[in-house]
Amino acid sequence: MNRKSKQTIAFGAFRLLSLAVMGILLWILGFIIYNGAGAMSIEFLTTSPKDNMTEGGIFPAIVGTFYLVVCSMAFAFPLGVMSAIYITEYASNATIVRIIRIMTNNLGGVPSIVFGLFGMSLFVNTFGFGDSILAGSLTLGLLILPLVIRTTEEALKAVPDAYRSGSLALGATKLQTVRRIVMPAAMPNIITGLILSIGRISGETAPILFTAAAYFLPQLPHSIFDQVMALPYHLYVLATSGTDIEASEGAAYGTALVLVGIVLLMNAFAGVIRRYFNNKMKTY
Amino acid sequence: MKSTNNKIISAKHINFFYKEFHALKDINLEISSQSVTAFIGPSGCGKSTFLRLFNRMNDLIHGTRIEGLCLVEGENIYAKGVDTDRLRKKVGMVFQKPNPFPKTIFENVAYGLRVNGMGDKQFISQRVETSLRSAALWEEVKDKLHKSAYALSGGQQQRLCIARALAVEPSILLMDEPASALDPISTARIEELIVRLKQNYTILIVTHNMQQASRISDQTGFFMMGELVEFGSTKQIFTAPEREQTYNYISGHFG
Ligand SMILES: Nc1ncnc2c1ncn2[C@@H]1O[C@H](COP(=O)(O)OP(=O)(O)OP(=O)(O)O)[C@@H](O)[C@H]1O
Ligand SMILES: [Mg+2]
Repeated sequence: MNRKSKQTIAFGAFRLLSLAVMGILLWILGFIIYNGAGAMSIEFLTTSPKDNMTEGGIFPAIVGTFYLVVCSMAFAFPLGVMSAIYITEYASNATIVRIIRIMTNNLGGVPSIVFGLFGMSLFVNTFGFGDSILAGSLTLGLLILPLVIRTTEEALKAVPDAYRSGSLALGATKLQTVRRIVMPAAMPNIITGLILSIGRISGETAPILFTAAAYFLPQLPHSIFDQVMALPYHLYVLATSGTDIEASEGAAYGTALVLVGIVLLMNAFAGVIRRYFNNKMKTY
Repeated sequence: MKSTNNKIISAKHINFFYKEFHALKDINLEISSQSVTAFIGPSGCGKSTFLRLFNRMNDLIHGTRIEGLCLVEGENIYAKGVDTDRLRKKVGMVFQKPNPFPKTIFENVAYGLRVNGMGDKQFISQRVETSLRSAALWEEVKDKLHKSAYALSGGQQQRLCIARALAVEPSILLMDEPASALDPISTARIEELIVRLKQNYTILIVTHNMQQASRISDQTGFFMMGELVEFGSTKQIFTAPEREQTYNYISGHFG
């Protein structure tokens, strides 16, 4: 067999495999849409569950997930970005940087149920926040912190050093250089990290299981100290431990569809922001 | 300690180390103001390292160490408590590869003013214009000041970087092979510019181009393996070098 036909076969196989991957993804998506579309209605999106969750909507769970995502990012994003800035721009001690990096990498590998347990022990019990948005968000925030740090670090490292030296050579301080040159240049990639993080935490169930999520709560939270329903947990409940699992199957698929929809929507939104930043840098 | 002569720069017994590596060996020289001084020498001989001494950009490299006395306008710039940000305002730098910020042309030039606390709009736009004029770029960019700096050609970008450095009104300009990434026409423009800037600035330039050094500089220093082999008027260096190494290098017999 000559080199050319070897190549043809190799690339043919790669193409086939990537098509298969794409096919599987589309299949999952199609499956969810097919099964969930029936449940979809304005009412489903805007009302609370009724009749043992076999009827009504999932509005409280949507709102709950929204709160959890926003609050956990409000906690994890600044903290993660600042840590990453410290690691890449300031820390001159290589040993400290290495230790921080090992810790964050290992933290990223801890199963999310362990975070849930930890969050329950620390935030719910020790700090006395109870089952609440606050406790759940902090737990989710901890879970996502390594990803935020890692993606921000990569984003900062992608900024050419020539920008930094150019700025410093003009008499700018390090902080000015970071704020005015490095951060704007890294922003599109940092936003991408934010997207990944949001996508990840909106679907997490284990960390909120013991810290924030309510089985059934037909009202909206009044403060961050209230419990909330959340989409992934609601889905879990509908599919495994509702009072009438068969009757709530439609609602379960509907919930899955909404969850997937929210993630896709957030990705699209973040993509728009990213493109905005990119354009701003290129053309002004 | 103020110097008693008109030497804007003087280096006395400078030794410089990258960790263990002895990169500059007992360098002594003095440079008077409003002159162009060229530094030539084979790759890796320490020209860039030497240039970066004067705005303390070497400080950014981990594990470097300097011995000796380095005076700028009579001030020991390595004394304790010296404000490097202030020093770098006084000693500007142009890099080998044009490195405009990913901002507009205007903002690139205004950047140095903004970070040094100048907020007055009219003052800034006035200064941006004069800087761009000094860098011989104004006519080419005056209609697209708010376009990205990266829409400019390499030569224009380098002149933008010069304008950016001029905007903060340094007294000294360090240029590390400022034309090495440019075509002959852009190079010629930069050279013209340097000769003109000499009236108001003291310029230290590193170049690999002998003709360039002889065309634009008043003094020339020849480095080799971390030593300043010879330093003198450009005319003398290129016509009657005292050291054999210098002669070999400038006549191309080197190595
Ligand atoms: N960051 C660094 N760490 C360690 N050694 C360095 C560093 N920068 C430069 N050196 C060493 O110091 C010596 C002088 O380097 P320098 O960059 O000053 O040379 P140069 O004369 O500017 O060379 P070129 O003409 O190639 O730009 C070289 O041997 C180089 O290997
Ligand atoms: Mg060099």
